[in-house]
Amino acid sequence: MSSQQMAQAEPKPAEAGQFEPRIIVFCCNWCSYAGADLAGVSRLQMPTNFRVIRTMCSARVDPEFVLRAFASSADGVLVLGCHPADCHYIGGNYRTRRRIALLRVLLEQYGFNPERLKLEWVSASEGQKFQKTIKEFDAMVRDIGPNPINEE
Amino acid sequence: MTKIKLAHYWGAGCGGCDVALLDIDEKILGVAEIADIVFWPIAVDGKVKDVEAMPDKSITCTLFNGAVRNSENEHMAKLLRQKSAIVVSFGSCACYGGIPGLGNMTNRKEILDLVYTKLPTSDNVERVFPQAETHTKDGDLELPVLYDTVMTLDQVIDVDYYMPGCPPTTNLINEFLGIVTAHVKEGAPLPPKGAMIASQKTLCDECKRKKSVKKIDRIYMPHEIAIDPDKCMLEQGIICLGSSTRAGCGAKCLEGNQPCRGCMGPTAEVLDQGGSMLSALASIYRVEDNEALLSEENIATLMAQVKDPMGTFYCYTLPKSIIKRKVKERKQVKKEV
Repeated sequence: MSSQQMAQAEPKPAEAGQFEPRIIVFCCNWCSYAGADLAGVSRLQMPTNFRVIRTMCSARVDPEFVLRAFASSADGVLVLGCHPADCHYIGGNYRTRRRIALLRVLLEQYGFNPERLKLEWVSASEGQKFQKTIKEFDAMVRDIGPNPINEE
Repeated sequence: MTKIKLAHYWGAGCGGCDVALLDIDEKILGVAEIADIVFWPIAVDGKVKDVEAMPDKSITCTLFNGAVRNSENEHMAKLLRQKSAIVVSFGSCACYGGIPGLGNMTNRKEILDLVYTKLPTSDNVERVFPQAETHTKDGDLELPVLYDTVMTLDQVIDVDYYMPGCPPTTNLINEFLGIVTAHVKEGAPLPPKGAMIASQKTLCDECKRKKSVKKIDRIYMPHEIAIDPDKCMLEQGIICLGSSTRAGCGAKCLEGNQPCRGCMGPTAEVLDQGGSMLSALASIYRVEDNEALLSEENIATLMAQVKDPMGTFYCYTLPKSIIKRKVKERKQVKKEV
């Protein structure tokens, strides 16, 4: 492994006083995880401060998982699933988007900026969209600032 | 047979739990038969200094109801823990924070500001607030200090058993008294520490309503429609927390044709009752053929029918939820009006 690759594999340590967001990305097994994989093998450049958790379907992402991520001081949570009408389980992603829509209202009531939770559709062939989603979400979370739960 | 010693104390609660213990009718005589009531402010005369004078672990069982949200609640919880062999978290407030737990949506400063200055009936121009200590020429006065955050009993002290419910129903209290009586009279073993004196299943298991496939198009408030007393509430579009709530209460609210509001808290497998119910409710919305064409805004509008997810899903369990209390973003979002 070259030194450049090493540098890419390890998340960059935050410089003193600089905010380095921690982002959790839930990827469904059939579309989004393959999309993330494609982005990786295509060597698309993107921030490295996200952790991917693979679930069989985006509908497997229990609201509890998202709340736990925020309680464990994640600064942003991305849920990625198959495009509408493209779900491996026919209707899982429809459940997901209802839950996420309601969960965002709840997060707002908790005092969080609801933008910290985002749902996006990424198919297996959309490595570039995965890259773009991560880049944009990372920039947005940087703008919002750290998870307020750490400041309590 | 020597009698056991029983204490019943209240923290941040409404007094309903104390009354619930009296509500077991003639069985209350059985309590007097096996137990001496050593401390129960609502029913018998007793002073804190009497409790302080008792030897450690000398109270056999303390039933503590109410959440912990001020210094007096915390002091008494710790004192009773020290003096008692068994402490039972009695009622939803002690177990999950209960209705007072919704105080975690705000904080001490906001509550005091509202109550003492902003209410239409308050005329407090000098902005006088209750003080923890007041010195007068006749002596010093003390008041408990209100906390920022409402806590459950087990967030403050070690708890042996839990008995949820708002208030715990007569059958649960009787079940518990049966366990205690058998232990006192026949030496029967007590349940393992941390046991929940309630069912291990969800309320749907106890509810007698007919249940079939759930597909709803909109949500109704209970007063908006004539509720079919034999059909599942959720199938009628009424938010009922039964599917994410522990059974044991006998589905009394549903027998009275009202939806479950979740006072029994979540089952053992669930960490967050609100999250669980949110997930369930979002999943029963009908999926139409044109679903793939709907935008995220359409879905957001659809889900906005749930007016107050926090107050609906966390009515009794906010201090015991995963996030526990309201947070404050450094950067405040400007809301579009």
